[in-house]
Amino acid sequence: MEWEAVIGLEIHAQLATKSKIFSGASTAFGAEPNTQACAVDLALPGTLPVFNAEALRMAVLFGLAIDAEIGYTSVFDRKNYFYPDLPKGYQTSQLFHPIVGTGYVDLELEDGTVKRVGVTRAHLEEDAGKSLHEEFPSMTGIDLNRAGTPLLEIVSEPDMRSAEEAVAYVKKIHSIVTNLGICDGNMAEGSFRCDCNVSVRYKGEEAFGNRTETKNINSFRFIEKAIKGEIIRQIDILEDGGYITQETRLYDANKDETRSMRSKEEANDYRYFPCPDLLPIVIDDDYVNQLRDTLPELPDARKARFIEQYQLSDYDAMVLSAYRDLSHYFETVANTAGDAKLAANWVMGELSKLLNQNDTEINASPVSAEQLGGLLLRIKDNTITGKIAKQVFEAMWAGEGSADEVIESKGLKQVTDSGAIEAMVDDVIAANQPQVDQYVNAEPDKRGKMIGFFMGKVMQASQGKANPGQVQGLLKQKLDALANG
Amino acid sequence: MLDKTLAELAQGLATGEFSSVELTQNYLDRINAEDGKLNSFITVTPEQALAQASAADQRRAAGNADAFTGLPIAHKDIFCTQGVRTSCGSKMLDNFVSPYNATIVEHFNQAGAVSLGKTNMDEFAMGSSNESSFYGPARNPWNTDCVPGGSSGGSAASIAGGLTPAATGSDTGGSIRQPAALCGITGLKPTYGRVSRYGMIAYASSLDQAGPMTRTAEDSAMMLNVMAGFDPKDSTSLDRPVPDYTLTLNDSLKGLKIGLPKEFFSDDIDPQITIQVQNAIREFEALGATVKQISLPNTHLAIPAYYIIAPAEASSNLSRFDGVRYGYRCEDPTDLEDMYKRSRGEGFGEEVKRRIMVGTYALSEGFYDAYYKKALQIRRLIQQDYVTALSEVDIIMGPTTPHPAFKLGEKTADPVTMYMEDIFTLSLNLAGMPGISVPCGFANGLPVGLQMIGNYFAEERLLNAAHQFQQATDWHTQTPGQ
Repeated sequence: MEWEAVIGLEIHAQLATKSKIFSGASTAFGAEPNTQACAVDLALPGTLPVFNAEALRMAVLFGLAIDAEIGYTSVFDRKNYFYPDLPKGYQTSQLFHPIVGTGYVDLELEDGTVKRVGVTRAHLEEDAGKSLHEEFPSMTGIDLNRAGTPLLEIVSEPDMRSAEEAVAYVKKIHSIVTNLGICDGNMAEGSFRCDCNVSVRYKGEEAFGNRTETKNINSFRFIEKAIKGEIIRQIDILEDGGYITQETRLYDANKDETRSMRSKEEANDYRYFPCPDLLPIVIDDDYVNQLRDTLPELPDARKARFIEQYQLSDYDAMVLSAYRDLSHYFETVANTAGDAKLAANWVMGELSKLLNQNDTEINASPVSAEQLGGLLLRIKDNTITGKIAKQVFEAMWAGEGSADEVIESKGLKQVTDSGAIEAMVDDVIAANQPQVDQYVNAEPDKRGKMIGFFMGKVMQASQGKANPGQVQGLLKQKLDALANG
Repeated sequence: MLDKTLAELAQGLATGEFSSVELTQNYLDRINAEDGKLNSFITVTPEQALAQASAADQRRAAGNADAFTGLPIAHKDIFCTQGVRTSCGSKMLDNFVSPYNATIVEHFNQAGAVSLGKTNMDEFAMGSSNESSFYGPARNPWNTDCVPGGSSGGSAASIAGGLTPAATGSDTGGSIRQPAALCGITGLKPTYGRVSRYGMIAYASSLDQAGPMTRTAEDSAMMLNVMAGFDPKDSTSLDRPVPDYTLTLNDSLKGLKIGLPKEFFSDDIDPQITIQVQNAIREFEALGATVKQISLPNTHLAIPAYYIIAPAEASSNLSRFDGVRYGYRCEDPTDLEDMYKRSRGEGFGEEVKRRIMVGTYALSEGFYDAYYKKALQIRRLIQQDYVTALSEVDIIMGPTTPHPAFKLGEKTADPVTMYMEDIFTLSLNLAGMPGISVPCGFANGLPVGLQMIGNYFAEERLLNAAHQFQQATDWHTQTPGQ
């Protein structure tokens, strides 16, 4: 019998509002502990929540982006449990009437097939604070800066069957929320994190196995590893005749394993009930339609446009359409250079390489899209070769100026003077008689490969500046003349 | 001076008969001399009061005084007062000094009022006798062996005892009206949402409403002028214009339609109370009102529904008192669970713990539908009863309480008997409408209250009717013998 994994995900996306969901305190990350917690966030006696309408706007935008049912009347409920970083002793959330109902996203898998994953619901809730166990011996520090930060909890159907599908889903949601501008998507800072529900069953079975929930994983790679590990762990237990305990688990990235946090048996009864301090949120068609008009272009639509407008390959279009900043950068380069394919290669190649190496976000790139486009223009007009362009690009990255300035100051301009190139070609042929003999004696269909040696010599002689097309043409012409002598 | 109404004191301040400092000092002296017997204050703030009085006198001298400037009041200790202990009658908050003012406290400060201190109350407003206070019970000035009612018992006792001319109160199931009735003063519970709840420590959020406690309806109108209004910090407060409640006090009652619900005149009521209430209603007829019998058929369901909804909300509202950030924390906790259990176990009193347990149970998985959801359905029925009745009559009248003030300790052994004392008041909190209690006579030498109930936002009409009644009677001017 073959095993099959069943995976459902709960994603917590921190909404990019300036102030908290129920108070006026700032949501900025990284402030000194408890400096961004006001009386409401501290749950001082007598304080009351006031809903931040910006969080509503963002949640509805998300609902529209995944073609979901919108909750025209949504209600905040209290989820009651005690924890030191939960100041009120309850989390304000939405259980019975969420703001976003059933929707879906389409995933493109590596084999080119499209898989539709259902989104059960997405609801608004407040984040808790942070408990700091390490810094105070035998005590716990509480930082309430994060308490009350708005979250959109996005709950998927258990539609995914592999870690790869799960990661594709998380990436898709990540790209949607960042494109909408409703979440900064920063996983390291916890702005976007994921709980993974995993169970296994025999392929073809209808019933679900007992599932575990692995909490708060904050990178795509860890999600994949955690799920893979959990699938293997569960299969091992079941094949040994064991039983999967329904429980909450934690992923330890250092050990690359999950471990038990608490079992469902000792779980809380959250005693949900409608929060009497907040009125139901009632919205109408006018509100929803106005927001629909503000929807930005989303990755799926943009990908289709890139294929249509720029004739990009499916893969290139997918990569370049996923994030707004990247898409915008690419389009600027393509339009400046007037060559989308070249722009795509450079953005996905040299630019991405340096961004990754330097851990830099694209909108902080030291080479602007206009500058990169300017560089590509110089390739296209034969001022420089592609190879020299990489050298120029690195200099631009290092802040040495625009493409033209670097080419000028380093004297990298391509040699296109056919007289000068012919002289270099003649010199190389004269200086490498043994290779010329080999060429002449070779079968004609083998000669093509052998020309590379001479190319290298000529380019070396020109310090890379000779126009490769011209060099190749001349070499072939002259060597073939010798061979056919 | 100490038996005067706010309106009279305002007149004295305006004419320069006395200054706010003199007035305030008089009340502070009186508190000092008498509150040992009444225990109506938890905290007295003489320095702050005199500073506010002095500022009020300066403001008056500068020509900027308004109607409330220089008038002394007291705040129920449920309202957060910046820099002053705000205990809510609980050991849990005995050490809590609020860093901010409740919205209504802020309103009174802006108006130039003087705060004498914080009045005693049932712990977290849970009680009908003031006996659940961590600071010991306040006593009824008419008979100090008797309770003043609750939960705003300290506010009622301090006014009846002449320790303050007026005080703020809060009413979740009758906590303004019942002590007002038992102490022979006037107390108004406004429409839910009329007065901001921000800074009023929550007991049951969907029922809690702040209101004035005074000697007269006119004084309540003056207080409500300061208290009422939309507050952007309270999502349940209502954005409606606030009238000047003193302007309609003298409207005629001719043609006023009074409804008497048969359920409010049962045999369980002290017969002397029924007689006094009937006499009062005859007075209204003499003033031009007409009377008809009505029915509020679901009245008998109010107590069971209330004692699900209020404890359910309370069980959640009181979760924040966990010993982590403020308030009582047990000595030497061994771990987190020990800290929670002992901080809450030691910090809360019996009645509070009882209601937390009831509420927790009612919201538990598997019981929610049978209890909480059912109670909400009953709440809608009760609300519908009132809406229907108030489409036929202008004001519903009846006794505020079934009995006059009872003896300390008399009902503490049986919580349900205690809960029954609120039978005529708490259905109104479930419905959300306003109600006022005014003195209408005595039973065995103890005050009797007449409750008047109006439609949503009918505070003007209620205050008008109460004021006209007080123009025709002198029950509200009676004071306990010394």
